[in-house]
Amino acid sequence: MQASAGSGRDQILLEARGITKYFGAVTALEGVNLKLSRGEVLGVVGDNGAGKSTLMKVLSGLFRPSEGEILIQGQPVQFNSPRDSHKAGIEMVYQDLALAGNMPIFENIYLGREPGRRVGGLTIVNHAESRKLAAEHLARLQIHVKSVDQNVEDLSGGQRQAVAIARATAFDAKVVIMDEPTAALAIKEVGKVLDLIKRLKDHGVGVILISHRMDDVFYVCDRVMAIFHGRNFAEAPLKDTNRNEVIGWIMGTKGHAAGLAHDKVH
Amino acid sequence: MADASKSATVAAPHEFQRSLRSRLLEDYGILLVVVGMAVVLSILQPDYFLSAQNLTNIVRQIGMNALLALGLYIVIVTAGIDLSVGSVMALSIMLLAMADKAGAPWPLVLLVGPFVGTLIGVINGLGLTLLRLPHPFIMTLGTLNAVRGLCNLVSGGQPVSGISDEVRFIGIADIPLPFGGEFAVIPVSAILLLVCYAGVAWFMKKVALGRHIFAVGGNPQAARVSGINVNGVLVFVYAASGFFAGLAALLMAGRTGSGYPNLGIGAELDAIAAVIIGGASFFGGRGSVLGVFAGVLVMGLLRNGLNLMNISAFWQQTLIGVIIILAVWIDVLRRNSGTRT
Ligand SMILES: Nc1ncnc2c1ncn2[C@@H]1O[C@H](COP(=O)(O)OP(=O)(O)OP(=O)(O)O)[C@@H](O)[C@H]1O
Ligand SMILES: [Mg+2]
Repeated sequence: MQASAGSGRDQILLEARGITKYFGAVTALEGVNLKLSRGEVLGVVGDNGAGKSTLMKVLSGLFRPSEGEILIQGQPVQFNSPRDSHKAGIEMVYQDLALAGNMPIFENIYLGREPGRRVGGLTIVNHAESRKLAAEHLARLQIHVKSVDQNVEDLSGGQRQAVAIARATAFDAKVVIMDEPTAALAIKEVGKVLDLIKRLKDHGVGVILISHRMDDVFYVCDRVMAIFHGRNFAEAPLKDTNRNEVIGWIMGTKGHAAGLAHDKVH
Repeated sequence: MADASKSATVAAPHEFQRSLRSRLLEDYGILLVVVGMAVVLSILQPDYFLSAQNLTNIVRQIGMNALLALGLYIVIVTAGIDLSVGSVMALSIMLLAMADKAGAPWPLVLLVGPFVGTLIGVINGLGLTLLRLPHPFIMTLGTLNAVRGLCNLVSGGQPVSGISDEVRFIGIADIPLPFGGEFAVIPVSAILLLVCYAGVAWFMKKVALGRHIFAVGGNPQAARVSGINVNGVLVFVYAASGFFAGLAALLMAGRTGSGYPNLGIGAELDAIAAVIIGGASFFGGRGSVLGVFAGVLVMGLLRNGLNLMNISAFWQQTLIGVIIILAVWIDVLRRNSGTRT
């Protein structure tokens, strides 16, 4: 099964079909499709409230879709919690970061997956191991903190962002979803995150990047898709589009971007 | 290159040590208060305060609050509250006294308290998570009343006395020391407290579930996206709180030899006070077992000292109220100065 998928031109890692999500009377997503291949960086754009984060939370198992299905390498899966998506190799950096401020950096990175010994249904955590792994991982990512024992609440916004990214990349994920990972960062740090995305891509990881910054999208993405009012609006390989066209998509307009674009609608 | 960046991540050890020291002070500063109180009391009552008899008395007096506070500590770390512990303790003591009277074998009777407590704790947890009541205050306020009512229903509101010696052992027995005379003993209840406190301290530090309790208190959303079963953690903490309330019932059964349906009315408030005096945050995610123990000791020493000096119980209550406010205020000051520097 996997072999047949792999022998194709590009191996589809993750696919979402017809994802619909209701919050009570609100329809946040309606019939959204998404595909992501090995080593591909997909940019997802859309206005505030378009439904980008909601779609990603469905993919990470935090929300259950009202309708639609998710496939991992062609196999339908059901995520009942983020634990299930972790097992399937999907990691996510949340827009609101979702870190426990009262706990140190290393514990945040390994939270829910602490290294240790299993004894009768309980895990006895090996904090020394966890510290060491965290320090090594941060060093690999060239993230500098005073100590991995610092509580996350004592870090700057950018450092917190870095810790959230470290957590999402500490487990050999197949797919890394980043929901506005550069929003809180200074320019130099933005460069680091974008270079990290390129490195992940080189290792065959599929990356979904949500960003409002066209510079980011056009620097790292292979393909860009726009969501408008909870639906697929347009998508295109990066080389077939341009900033003005993508900005038009975000606003919900198509086809009059200086006569350049032939829209990639499906 | 890799080495350089690695050393950067573990750099500045003295800076880290300084923050460790301030964190220790934050967690255990209240221990200094305990030591201070002990010094003052041994000056005021030089003959009696430090006597073996008084010390074992103190240990006995704090036992119930120590166990209730330990359970509440686990709950408060999740930013929760358990108002039902006093009632749970009362129902437990009545059921265990009645089981004992009915001739149940004593090893079974020993289990009644912890079992009943854990069961009601699970019900508290399920009410919070399955019924999705908006705050644990509401669910446990409900069980505070419902369980107290049940306790009176099963006992007819009458005490049951004459609990057997085997059942009383944990609450009343002493292990004599080979030196120091008649009153030089270690109460069995002190050993129970020590085991419980050390066990919970270890659990909260070293076991993943203990860390998850802190994570749920710090940021439930972060816990959820990390794959932690947040509802499972919540049910567990209320079960633990109920368990310790049941254990406190066993302790009281030993001390008094009877079950009283009015046992522990208002005891939940003393337990909450001890946890807060001990430096745990009401907003969750913060607090140490050693701090809770110090909080229990502060309240115990205050009662003991004022009793020794024949000061009215009304003053005890007034002072404990003032201390709760002072302890939290000092905490606020310390945090503010911490963020300013
Ligand atoms: N938990 C929730 N309950 C109810 N409505 C929600 C919830 N989460 C999202 N929504 C609604 O779903 C819609 C999509 O929100 P979403 O957060 O996915 O937007 P977004 O595209 O990520 O926007 P932004 O760029 O501002 O992050 C919004 O109308 C929002 O109000
Ligand atoms: Mg969003």
